[in-house]
Amino acid sequence: MLKLENVYKTFEDRTVLADINLSVPTGATHALIGSSGSGKTTLLRITLGLIPFDRGYVKVNDQPLLSLSPVEWAARIGYVPQDGGLFPHLMGHHNVSLIAKLRGWGKSRIADRVEELRKLVDLEANVLKRFPHELSGGQKQRVAIMRAAMMDPSVMLLDEPMAALDPLIRHSLQQELKDIFSRLGKTVLIVTHDLGEAVYLAERITLLHEGRIIQSGSYRELLRQPADPYVTLFINAQRTVPDASEAA
Amino acid sequence: MTAVLLAWLLPLDALAANAIVVGSKVFTEGYILGEIAAQRIESASNVPVERKLGMGSTGILFEAVATGAIDVYADYTGTLSEAILKQPDLKSVADIQLALAKMNLVISAPLGFDDTYALAVKESFAEKHDLHTISDLARIAGDIKAGFSYEFMDRKDGYTRMAERYHLSLAPQKVSRMEHSLSFQAIDDGAVDLIDTYSTDAKIKKSKLRVLQDDRGFFPVYQAVWVARKVFVDAHPREWQALLQLQGTISADAMIEMNSQADIQKLSYARIAAQFLGSEAPRSQSWQASILLRTREHLWLVGVSLLFSVLAGIPLGVTAVRFHAAGQAILIASAVIQTVPSLALLCFLIPLLGVGTKPALAALCLYSLLPVVLNTFTGVRNVNPQHVENARAFGLTPRQVFFRVVLPLASPTVLAGIKTATIVSIGTATLAALIGAGGYGAPIISGLSLNDVPTILTGAIPAAFMALIAYGLFEILDLLLIPAGLRKRR
Repeated sequence: MLKLENVYKTFEDRTVLADINLSVPTGATHALIGSSGSGKTTLLRITLGLIPFDRGYVKVNDQPLLSLSPVEWAARIGYVPQDGGLFPHLMGHHNVSLIAKLRGWGKSRIADRVEELRKLVDLEANVLKRFPHELSGGQKQRVAIMRAAMMDPSVMLLDEPMAALDPLIRHSLQQELKDIFSRLGKTVLIVTHDLGEAVYLAERITLLHEGRIIQSGSYRELLRQPADPYVTLFINAQRTVPDASEAA
Repeated sequence: MTAVLLAWLLPLDALAANAIVVGSKVFTEGYILGEIAAQRIESASNVPVERKLGMGSTGILFEAVATGAIDVYADYTGTLSEAILKQPDLKSVADIQLALAKMNLVISAPLGFDDTYALAVKESFAEKHDLHTISDLARIAGDIKAGFSYEFMDRKDGYTRMAERYHLSLAPQKVSRMEHSLSFQAIDDGAVDLIDTYSTDAKIKKSKLRVLQDDRGFFPVYQAVWVARKVFVDAHPREWQALLQLQGTISADAMIEMNSQADIQKLSYARIAAQFLGSEAPRSQSWQASILLRTREHLWLVGVSLLFSVLAGIPLGVTAVRFHAAGQAILIASAVIQTVPSLALLCFLIPLLGVGTKPALAALCLYSLLPVVLNTFTGVRNVNPQHVENARAFGLTPRQVFFRVVLPLASPTVLAGIKTATIVSIGTATLAALIGAGGYGAPIISGLSLNDVPTILTGAIPAAFMALIAYGLFEILDLLLIPAGLRKRR
């Protein structure tokens, strides 16, 4: 379970985040959505333990972030950066196994775990022998998910998982990602600006605007009972293609 | 294999710890006198002699003998009083001897010849006008066409004072200034009748010139003498005595003859010295052996200096990225070092490190620093900060972030810097011979002083090959050290 309680962050007298409360139950997939400048990237970095915050708690399974060392914290959150964020100098399987190796895992334990995850994300074995620049966008995402899941963290955190993908690939990958999440059975938080992605992948959505949570709920709730005119504005703004009925 | 290579490369100086070290200046006469001293000592004693010939100019040689890097070399009384003691009024050998004693140095009595400015005319011209002394010129002053070097015309103790002293009034329109080396050509062609020269110049013989006697003692005296460390004289009385036996035995004619054997007939210094001493020339090293020795010296210079510049340069480059102010200071300092002319840098280092391999290594190391520091700086700074942040998010410690992510990503640029440093260093290391560090520079410098292209090539060609081989090795090193994921992308 991932929990953010009363998180505040100011930067040079400017409030970047105020009174953030968010709870993702174990096994659930949740989307944090907002336009650029909404504070979602700051919240992502706080959750990863990369930057300090002023007040509040970030907890994984009721253990607060600040009570753990960076290494311990990183073991609890598997992170999938935007576009995969694979290290260009390492082959796919070295990207996946880097942390395990640094933590002193033995060779066979690493090999077993990599094989297990490879099957789970449905990648061919030879793909892992390639370097990131030789991989397609979808392959990169899958390798990045393997890397994030390698140490068996409680929470997976994904930053704009589809942003860099071609629309067609995106469509087919969405379904697979959903399957992968259900097979992994992890608590998943997706940070994105893309409503479609959020709606498709996550059961619940939290809309962030100017450093505050405007509304949390299912897409249906946001659509039917908007807590603020901004919610409707945000949803409508993302419907870029007119419906056939409107066009007629 | 590596151990054998290392043993082969290890300090050469160590081999000759007890040897008597003979130095010389970097021009023909210096080499010959150095070789004469070396062979004289060898014939008189069993102590091994190490030759550090062609080390450089007066300042370097004097520093070398003062610090004990060499034991003995030949210099000139005028040079000692003016350039070293800065007391031009010290004329007599005894006065100079006294002044040098305070610096724990000893000089011999004059070896015989005087290498100073002189005026010379064609032998045929001298016969025709019955010229023997400079005073004799007065009789035909109005008709003489003279070609004088710029230095002689402009020096305070040059042409003007000389003309005053000898009441010599050459027709101004018949006196032309010319580059010294061209004046021999001019007198050969009959374009001029009278030139200034050095009294032991080999070309005097070649151009069949007569040196006019300085009958009024106008020109400063540059008598050749041995300069030795007091410590050497005390420790090796027999060897010093052997050198003293040469006092007064080298006449100006003999010196001109030897200079011309070297400059014009291209005989080896060793052979010329042996002929003069009436002995067999010492068996000269085969050219293969000498190139091998040079290679070893050169590799040692380049390898060790590079090792230190890499060990210092990479941390400095990384520091420069981390701390902005210090970074700018580091980058500017290493760039400024690069602008110091290499000869000047060598001279600065002599008071600190003496002569020989040490200052040469230090200079080369300083020169290699800029490419290593700058490329490390650029490479590390250009690493995508997103990768660094991701690595932190994955729980890598700062140390792991640096060694697992930053350094590998910067490695192509860092390695390119080391490659540049190596290639440049192989070239620059040839200058190390000027302060007695040997290497491929030794034949190059000696060849330059003789204008002897084949000798120059025995240094220049292997140096070029070494640069090529180094380049090839770096291509292989690229394959080994740069992660394949970064290589293929280029």
